[in-house]
Amino acid sequence: MRAPRPTRLQGWGRQSRLGIERRGEDLERLGAVARLSRGLGRSYGDSSLPAADGEIVLNTTLADRILAFDEATGLVRAEAGLSLVDLHRITLPKLMFSPVTPGTQFVTLGGMVAADVHGKNQHTAGNFGDHVTKLRVRVADGRVIECSPDEHPDLFSATIGGMGLTGHILEVEFRLERIPSAAIVQESVRIANVDEFQEELEASAKEWPFSMGWIDAITGGASLGRGVLYRGRWATPEEVAGSPPRPRRAAQLPVDFPSWVLNPASIRAFNALKYHSHVPRVQRRVVGIEELFYPLDAIHDWHRMYGARGFTQYQCVLPRRAGKGSARRVLTLLSNLGAASFLCVIKDFGREGRGILSFPTPGITLAIDIPIRPDTPDVVRALNALVLELGGRVYLAKDSFTTADELARMDPRVEEFQRVREVWDPERRFRSAQSVRLLGDSP
Amino acid sequence: MNEKVIVFGATRGMGRALARAYAARGASLYLLGRNEAELARSAADLVARGARDCGYVRCDLEDARDFAPALDAAFSALGQVDVVAVTAGLFATQEELEKDRSLAVRVLQADFTQTVLFCEEVKDRLLGQRRGALVVFSSVAGERGRKPVVLYGAAKAGLSRYLEGLDHRHRADGLLVVAVKPGFVRTSMTEGLEPPPFAGEPDEVARDVVRAVERGLPEVYSPWPWRYVMGVIRALPRAVMRRVKF
Repeated sequence: MRAPRPTRLQGWGRQSRLGIERRGEDLERLGAVARLSRGLGRSYGDSSLPAADGEIVLNTTLADRILAFDEATGLVRAEAGLSLVDLHRITLPKLMFSPVTPGTQFVTLGGMVAADVHGKNQHTAGNFGDHVTKLRVRVADGRVIECSPDEHPDLFSATIGGMGLTGHILEVEFRLERIPSAAIVQESVRIANVDEFQEELEASAKEWPFSMGWIDAITGGASLGRGVLYRGRWATPEEVAGSPPRPRRAAQLPVDFPSWVLNPASIRAFNALKYHSHVPRVQRRVVGIEELFYPLDAIHDWHRMYGARGFTQYQCVLPRRAGKGSARRVLTLLSNLGAASFLCVIKDFGREGRGILSFPTPGITLAIDIPIRPDTPDVVRALNALVLELGGRVYLAKDSFTTADELARMDPRVEEFQRVREVWDPERRFRSAQSVRLLGDSP
Repeated sequence: MNEKVIVFGATRGMGRALARAYAARGASLYLLGRNEAELARSAADLVARGARDCGYVRCDLEDARDFAPALDAAFSALGQVDVVAVTAGLFATQEELEKDRSLAVRVLQADFTQTVLFCEEVKDRLLGQRRGALVVFSSVAGERGRKPVVLYGAAKAGLSRYLEGLDHRHRADGLLVVAVKPGFVRTSMTEGLEPPPFAGEPDEVARDVVRAVERGLPEVYSPWPWRYVMGVIRALPRAVMRRVKF
C-alpha cells in the first residue's frame, strides 16, 4: 500500500518533529497503527508530537460527526475530531454554547478533553472535563472502552487532562449550556499594576462569569503588571437589540514575520499604546462571542508572528496559599531575566479539575508568551524554580521545556497517573515527545 | 424549499461534505451505503446539522442486486426526488492496481460498470418524474491517459463519457446530468499521497456541486483551477505526456 512520507509536525509554538500523520474517518481502525492522537495542533509544546522521528500520529480531524444532539437538555455526543468552531456554528443559532471554551475555537473535542482545557469562566464553571459525561476510548490492547465517572472511573479521570497518553479518544459526550443570546456584555477596566489585578479579578469573580486580564509584562517598577481587565456575561436579548455587536471577519497572516519584528522595543511600544489608549478607564459594550472569547482567532496563524523560531507559552498556576504578592514575584523574575513577552495573560482559578493531571487549582494563573531564544530553557528553569517554591505547577498543554524532575516535584499526582497507565497501557504504547521528556517514556 | 436528496456514499469524504451542504439547507436526505452502522451515524450527524430528516438503506456499489430495492426504498420515503448524488466509488493507486489483479477488476467494475448500472436505475426513476438531477462523481483522472492513473483513469473516462451521452439524450426530458470532476481533494481516499498544487477540501467541492445543480451545469471541475489545469494537460502533445510524471 501507500507508504506516507514523514512530514514535519508542529506544535502551535512551532517546535517540530518528523512524523507520519495518518488521517481518516475511522479512528478505531487507524488507532491500531498510531501511538498518539492529534487534533488541530493547538497545544503549544510537544504534547501532540511523536515520541520518535517517523512515528505514526493519528490526525482525528476527519472524524467529526455529531452522533446525538438533544436540544432539550443540551447533551451532545460527537466524534473526537469535531472542532469547537463547527459545533458552535450548529448550536449557536439554537442558543447553545460549550460550557467551557479555551481561547481558540480551532480545537477538537478530543483535544479539549486531553488537555482538560479551561476558559475565562474557570472560576465559576471549572474545566471542560467537568462537563463531560462519557468518553469512548480505544486503549492499548485494542479494546474500545466507554468510560464515565461510574464506568472505569480510573480511565475516565486519567484521560481528562491526560494529554492523549491513555488511548485514542474516539467519542466525547458532554452537556452544552443554554444561553440567553449569542452576545456578551463586556466591561474592560484599565488596571495600574499586578497587585491590583489580583484583587480586581477576585472582586469580579462574584458578579462576572467571565474574566481575564491582559498584562504589559515589560514595564516594571510601580507599574509592573499593569494592563486591562476584561470581564463579561451573556447579554440579554434586550441588550443585544439595543446595541447589536458588529460581526468580525478573520484575517490571515500569510507569511512568517522575521524574528526581529518582535523585539523588546516594539513590544514595549505596543504595550504602552494598548495601555494608555484604554480611555476612559472603565468601558462597557455589547460584543460578539469572538471578541471576548477568541480575540486571537481574528488572525489565522497568528503564531507566525514569532517567525520560524517560534515561541513557548509559559503558563503556571500559583495557589492561593502562595499569597497576594505571588504574581508580582513571577513577573519581577521574568523582567529580571530579560525575557520580553508580547502577550501575557492573568486569570483567577476557582477549583481543581476532575482529571488526575488537570492543570487548574484555586489561585492565580499567568500565561506568558516567550519568543524562543537560545536562553529560553534557562528562563524556564528559573521560572520553574520560583513556581516550585510557591507551590504551583505548569500547564502541560503549553509546556515545552520543563524537565521530568521538575514535574515530579511540582505535581505528586504524576504517580497516580502513572499507576493508571500501568493498568491500561503497561507497555506504554501511547507516548508523545512530551511524555518522553516528562514521564520517562522510552524515545 | 424542501429539497429531497439521495446520496450514495455519504458516510465519508466528498459524499459526506455534499450531504452536509444539503443538510445545512434543510433538505430531506436519504443515504445509501455499504455499512448500516456507519449510515446510522451519518444520518444522526446530518439531522444535527440541519437536515429535515434522514433515512438510510444498505446498498453496495459492488452488488447490482441492491440497486433497485435501495432506490425504491429511497424514492418511496422521499416522494418526488430533486437530486440523486453518486459519490461511492473505489480508489487505488496505479502501483496498487498493477500489483493486485483482483483489486484492478474490482476498481474497474465498481467505478465504471456498477456505477453506470446504478445510474441507469436512477435515470429511469427521474425520467418517470420528468424532472430531477443525477449528480455523479467522476474525476479529472478520466480527462487524459496519464501515468499515475492509467487504470483508475480509464474507468473514470468511460464514466464521464457515459454521463455526457446521458445529458445529450435526456436533457430535453427534464433530466439534469451533472458530471463532477474533482481534482486532488484532501480526503481519506487520497490520504498518504503527496498533494499537488491546487489541492482542495471536500467542503469546497460540495459548495461547487450544489451551485452547479442550481445552475443546471452538466460538468463541474472543483476546485475551479482544475478546469484550466486539465485544459493544459489535454492540450499537451503525447511526446510530452510520455516524459512527464503526471
